[in-house]
Amino acid sequence: MTTQALSTNRRQFLTHASQGVGGVALASLLNPRELFAAPQAGALDTLPLPQRAKRVIWMTMAGGPSHLELFDRKSKLAEMSGQPMPASVTQGQQLAQLQGQKLYCLGPQFPFRKYGQSGTELCELLPHLGSVVDNICLVKSMTTDAINHDPAHMFMNTGSQIAGRPSMGSWVTYGLGSEASDLPGFVVLVSTGKGRSPQPIAARQWNSGFLPSRYQGVQLRSKGDPVLYLGTPTGVTHEQQAADVAAINALNRRRDVIEPDPEIATRIAQYEMAFEMQSSVPDLMDLSQESASTIQDYGCEPGDGTFASNCLLARRLAQRGVRFIQLYHRDWDHHSLLREELPLRAKEVDRACAALITDLKQCGMFDDTLIVWSGEFGRTPMSQGNKGPIGRDHHNKSMAMWLAGAGVRGGMTYGATDELGYAAVENVCTVHDLHATMLHLLGIRHDAFSVKFQGLDARLTGVEQAGVLHDILT
Amino acid sequence: MIRASLLTVMGWFCLVSITICGWADDRVEFNRDVRPILSDNCFFCHGPDAGHRQADLRLDVREAAIESGAIQPKDVTASSLIQRILSADPDEVMPPPDSNKHLTAEQKAILQRWVAQGAEYQQHWSYEPPVKAEIPKGQNAIDVLVQRRLSEIGMEPSPRADRRTLIRRLYSDLIGVPPTPEEVAAFIADEQPNAYERLVERVLANPHYGERMAIGWLDVVRFADTIGYHSDTPRNVWPYRDWVIQCFNENKPFDRFTIEQVAGDLLPDANQETRIGSAFNRLLLSTEEGGAQAKDYEARMLTDRVRAIGAGWLGQTTGCAQCHDHKFDPITMRDFYSLGAFFADIQEPILGRREDGMIVATEAERAKLAELDTALAEAQKKRDAAAAALDSAQAAWEAKVATENVVLPEIAGGAAPTEGEKKGATEAATALKKEAKDRSAKEKTAIQTYFRQVVDRSQQSVFDELAEKERDRNGYYGSLAKCLVSVSTTKTRTVRILPRGNWMDESGEVMQPALPHYLPQPVIEGRPLNRLDLAQWLVSRENPLTARTVMNRLWKQFFGTGLSKVLDDLGAQGEPPRNLALLDWLACEFMDSGWDMKHMVTVIVTSQAYQQISTASPERLAADPDNRELARQSAYRVDAELVRDYALSIAGLLSPTIGGPSVKPYQPEGYWENLNFPVRQYVADTGESQHRRGLYTWWQRSFLHPSLLAFDAPSREECCAERNRSNIPQQALILLNDPTYVEAARAFAGEILASSATTDRDRIIWAWQKALQRDPRPEELETIEPLLIQHRQIYQSQHDAATAFLKVGQVAPPDGLDSVELAAWTHIARVLLNLHETMTRS
Repeated sequence: MTTQALSTNRRQFLTHASQGVGGVALASLLNPRELFAAPQAGALDTLPLPQRAKRVIWMTMAGGPSHLELFDRKSKLAEMSGQPMPASVTQGQQLAQLQGQKLYCLGPQFPFRKYGQSGTELCELLPHLGSVVDNICLVKSMTTDAINHDPAHMFMNTGSQIAGRPSMGSWVTYGLGSEASDLPGFVVLVSTGKGRSPQPIAARQWNSGFLPSRYQGVQLRSKGDPVLYLGTPTGVTHEQQAADVAAINALNRRRDVIEPDPEIATRIAQYEMAFEMQSSVPDLMDLSQESASTIQDYGCEPGDGTFASNCLLARRLAQRGVRFIQLYHRDWDHHSLLREELPLRAKEVDRACAALITDLKQCGMFDDTLIVWSGEFGRTPMSQGNKGPIGRDHHNKSMAMWLAGAGVRGGMTYGATDELGYAAVENVCTVHDLHATMLHLLGIRHDAFSVKFQGLDARLTGVEQAGVLHDILT
Repeated sequence: MIRASLLTVMGWFCLVSITICGWADDRVEFNRDVRPILSDNCFFCHGPDAGHRQADLRLDVREAAIESGAIQPKDVTASSLIQRILSADPDEVMPPPDSNKHLTAEQKAILQRWVAQGAEYQQHWSYEPPVKAEIPKGQNAIDVLVQRRLSEIGMEPSPRADRRTLIRRLYSDLIGVPPTPEEVAAFIADEQPNAYERLVERVLANPHYGERMAIGWLDVVRFADTIGYHSDTPRNVWPYRDWVIQCFNENKPFDRFTIEQVAGDLLPDANQETRIGSAFNRLLLSTEEGGAQAKDYEARMLTDRVRAIGAGWLGQTTGCAQCHDHKFDPITMRDFYSLGAFFADIQEPILGRREDGMIVATEAERAKLAELDTALAEAQKKRDAAAAALDSAQAAWEAKVATENVVLPEIAGGAAPTEGEKKGATEAATALKKEAKDRSAKEKTAIQTYFRQVVDRSQQSVFDELAEKERDRNGYYGSLAKCLVSVSTTKTRTVRILPRGNWMDESGEVMQPALPHYLPQPVIEGRPLNRLDLAQWLVSRENPLTARTVMNRLWKQFFGTGLSKVLDDLGAQGEPPRNLALLDWLACEFMDSGWDMKHMVTVIVTSQAYQQISTASPERLAADPDNRELARQSAYRVDAELVRDYALSIAGLLSPTIGGPSVKPYQPEGYWENLNFPVRQYVADTGESQHRRGLYTWWQRSFLHPSLLAFDAPSREECCAERNRSNIPQQALILLNDPTYVEAARAFAGEILASSATTDRDRIIWAWQKALQRDPRPEELETIEPLLIQHRQIYQSQHDAATAFLKVGQVAPPDGLDSVELAAWTHIARVLLNLHETMTRS
C-alpha cells in the first residue's frame, strides 16, 4: 500500500477502493458511517455535576511502589531504623510475607527535598516530577483493603475483591461514552522493557465485568499488532480489505431488509469501525509525527514501548477523544533490592510524568484531564530481609499517590500517616473515596451511578460509605 | 365433557371480560405489584437485615409493619407508610431524597390501593412451591400457557417458521453447528408425518448435543483450566468438562447430576465417574502468591463456594450475606456461613500449588500403572541392597586412601581425564582430606559419587535399572489423565461467622453445616449434616428454587431470555416472571419426569412457541422489543465457542473428536506477556488439535483467549448464569484477520473449488448452500460476482500476494489448485464467514 493511500481521506479512499463492488454496496458502506460521525454516547443523558474532567489518564505502578522512599518522609522511622518495630503498632494486623517474622524498622533509603513553591517534599529520585510539583496533589493517606497483588489490583480497579465487576475505565466509558470516533473509549498500555521478573497483571483489571463488552479496555501493544488482530492478512491489500468489508456490509444491509434486525445496523457500523481502526490505530501509534523536542522531553525512542512512549501516546489518545487511558508500569514489588531497583523504576517514570503534565498544559488539555498515579498498595515501614538484599513487604494501611489536572488542587499535600508511616491517620482515604472523587470530577454522582446486577444497584464505589475528597479539589 | 363445559365457561368469560378485567386491574397483588416497589425502595433500610435496619422498622413482614404503625390495613390515612411517601417535607418524605430513590405517582397509588384493600402480603413467589397448571390432555403445556398469557394482553402468536429456519435453529440450539445443505434439503423434502419431531429425536441423539449443552453449565460452575489468581497457573480439571458432556449425552437425571457434583465422593456407590463429578467443588479460584495468608484465602474459598451453590442451583444472590444479613431476601449471615460449613471437609491446600488430582484411567491402565509401580519398588529394593554393599566397600576404600595417602589417578596425572572427571575427583579428594564427621552433605555426596562412578562400578547396572524403572513409571503416570476431585477428611476446617466478612476477626460464632433457614427442609437428627445432605436437598421435591432456576436458564437457551430475566436472582430483587404459571409448569414437569433434561428440551423445542418466526412487524417489535411475551422467536448471534465452530464446520475443518485435554488455537504472540511465575509461552496446537470445537479451548482465566473474550465468553472466575451478547469492532477484526478465520476461509475456498460446481455462478451457489443452506438472491450475486472478478484480477498481476495469502495457518492448500483462483475464492469464502446471517441463530 502506498503512503498516498494511507494519507488519503478515508471516505475518498473507500470510494476508490470500493469501485469494483458496485454502487449499491458502496452506498451501504458509506451510509452507516454516519453512525460514527458522532461521538459514542454514554448511558448518562445529563450529568448531575459540572464536568471538570473530560478524560482520565491513570498511571498504575504495578507491584506497589514504596511511599516511604518516594513520597512520605518519616524522620522518626529513620531514627529507629534497625530497631524492632514497636509491637503495639503491628499487633493483630494483616501482614503478607512478613507474617510470623521479627519486625524491624527500616528508615527511608534515599534523601528527600522540597520542590516548587509549595515546598512539597519528594524523594530526590523524582527531580522532574519535582519540577512540576506545584501542579500535583500528593495524597499521603491512602489505604486499601487487600494486601496481595491480585486482589489489590482488582480492588483498585473495580472497587471489589470479587472478580467479575467492571473496571473503573469501563464504568466511566459506560456512563460518559467516548468522544473518539475511530478508537475505543477505554485504552490500556503496558510498558515493556521490564527489568526483573515482575508481578503478573490480569486482563480482568480492564474488563467490563457485567457491563457490555464494548466498554472493556482495549490494550494497545508496542509489539505485533497494536490492537489484537488489527493487521490485514498477508497477501491482502488495504483496497482488497475495503472491498471485502464493503461486500459484507452490503450483504448484511440486504439481509436487514428481508429479515429486519436492529443488530444488523450495529454490525455494519462495527465493521466500519474495525476497518477505520486499521488506519487510525497505526496513525495514532506513529510517533514520528512528533517533533524531536517533544520526543526528547518525554525521553523515549519512538516504538520502544517504554512508559515514556506510553505517556506520549496517552497525550495522543487524549487528543483523539479517548475517555479513559490507563498506563501500567510493572516491577515495583520491592521485597528485596529496594536500594538497587527502586531508583531504576523511578527513573523510568519520573521524566515522562513531568513531560506529560507540561505537554498537556501546552496543548491546553491539562485543565480538563485528570491524571492519577498510584500503586495497588503501599509498603511496610518494616524491613524485609528474607528475600535477599533489603526491601519492604506489601502494606495496606498506608500508601501514597498523586493526582493532577482537572479540578485538582496543585501544590497540595493531603493527609498524613503516623510517625512511622505505618498507618494513615489524618484524612484517611479509601479506594472508594478515590473512585468517588474521580467520578465527581467527571460530573458523575458516585452514589447515583449504578447498574442492576444480581439484584443490587451495583456501584463502582460499592455499598460502603464513600466520600468525595472535596479538600483536594479547586 | 368436562373440557367442553370448560370451554363454554371460558367463552362466557370472554364476553364479560371487560368487567372482569376492570376488577382485576384494581386488585393489587403483593408479589406482582407491591413487592418490587418495597424491595427496590424500602427494604434496604427497612428489610431483613437487622444490622442495617433504620428506626427499628421493617416492612418485609406484615405483623411488624402493622405493629409499628407503618401500615393500618384498610386505613390509608392512619398508615404512616402512606403519610411518609406522600409527604412534601424533605425531612419527612420516604424514601429520603439523599437515597437517590424516588417513587412515581403510579407507585404511590399502588401502595395506597394496597393498604386500602387490606395490605395483604404474599410470600415471595419463588419460595412458594411451584404449582403445576392443569393442561388439557394432548396439548403442549407451553403453548397453552403462552397462549393464555397472550390472550390476556391481547397479542397474537406468530406463524411457524419455514423448515430451513427450523432446522438451522435446532442445530444451533442443540448441536451448535449449522446443518449441511443435504440435511436441510432432506428435512424440507420429508413429507412423512411428524417430520419435525423425528428431526428433534435425531438431533438429541447426536453426540455433539452434550457439547452444546455443556457450554452453559461450564459457565455456571466457572470451569477453567487455570487457578485464577495472580500466577494463574494450570490445574487438572479437564476430565470434569468431559464428564459434563457425557452426562448430557447420556441424559443423566439432573438430580443425580447435581448430587455427583456436590457430593460424588460421599455416595455409597462412589466410583471414578462420580468422583470426577465432584471436581465441581474444586473449580474455585486459588492462589500461589507469596505472602498470601491461609485464613484470608480460606474465607475467599468458602464464600466462592456458597456463591456457586446460590447461583447454580438456588437462583439466590447469597454473596450479600457474607458481610451482613441479606437486605432484600431472607438469607442471613448465619445461613451463609452454615452453607459454607458443608464444604469444610474438603481436603485441599488453601494456598499454593494444587495436587495432581485423581488418576482418571481405565482398569487396564490402572493395572499397568500398578505393574510399573511394583517394578519400581523392586528396583528400589535391589538398589538398597547394592547401596549397602557399596557403602561398606567405600568405608574400606576410604580407610585405605587415608592410611596409604592415595592420590586419585585423575589428579596424579598419567591418564587424560576429562574436565568433568577431574572436577569430580578434585572435589572428592578435597572432601577426603577432612575428618568424616566434619564433612558436609555435599562433600559426602562428592566422595560417594566418585567411589560409585570410578572406584567400584560393579553395581552400576542396578542403578541404571532403577533409573529406567523410574522413567517408565513416571512417564506413564504423567501420560494418564488426572482430575482434582473432592476428597473428604474428618479433620474439618472450623467455620465461623466472619463479622462484616473480615477474616481476621475470629470472634464470630462457630457454624455447623445447615440448610438456609427460610426454605423447607428435612429433619435430620443425631448426626451433623454433610455435603450429601446438601446435594440431596438441592434436588429435593420440597426445594422450590432449583427446578425453577434450572428451567429458567434452559429457557434462555431456546428463546434468548429467561422467563424471569434475571437468571441468577429469583429473589426479591430479581424479576417476577411474566408467566409464572409457565415457569412453574416447567419446574414441576422437570421434577415429575425424574429431572429428565432431554424430556424438557423436547417439550420446549416441539412447542409451537419455539417454532414461530423470529421476525416481526415494526409495530409488534415496538410492542414487545425484548420478546418477553413469546409472541415470536428471537434472533441473536451465536455464543463465542459456536462462532468458531460455525466457521470451521462450514470450512470442513472442524474436528469431530469429543473430549480430551484443552487445546490451544492460534493466539497472537505476546498475548500472555503479562503473566508470570512462571513466564508463559503459548504454543498453538498442531494437526487435528488446532481445529477442535471452541469449548475445548484452553481457558486461561486472567487472559482468556482473545477471540472467545471478544464474543462475550466469560473468564469463569465467578459463576456466570448469563453472558452479555455484544456487538463490537473486535469481533469484526477477528473474523476478518484472525488466522483461524483466514485459514477457514481458505479451506472453504478449497472445498468450493473441489466441488462439482464448475462455473463462477454455480460455485457461488454451492458456497451459499454450504454456509447458509440457501441459494444466493440475485442482488447478492450482483455484489459477489464483481468482487470475485476484482480479487482475481489483482492476484493475476500479483502471484506473490496470492501465495502469501494462502500460507496463513497450518493446513496446506490442496495440491493442483491454481493459487490465483484459490486466493480469489478465499475472499468470497471470507465474506460468507463474516456475514451476520452466518453467525446468527434466528
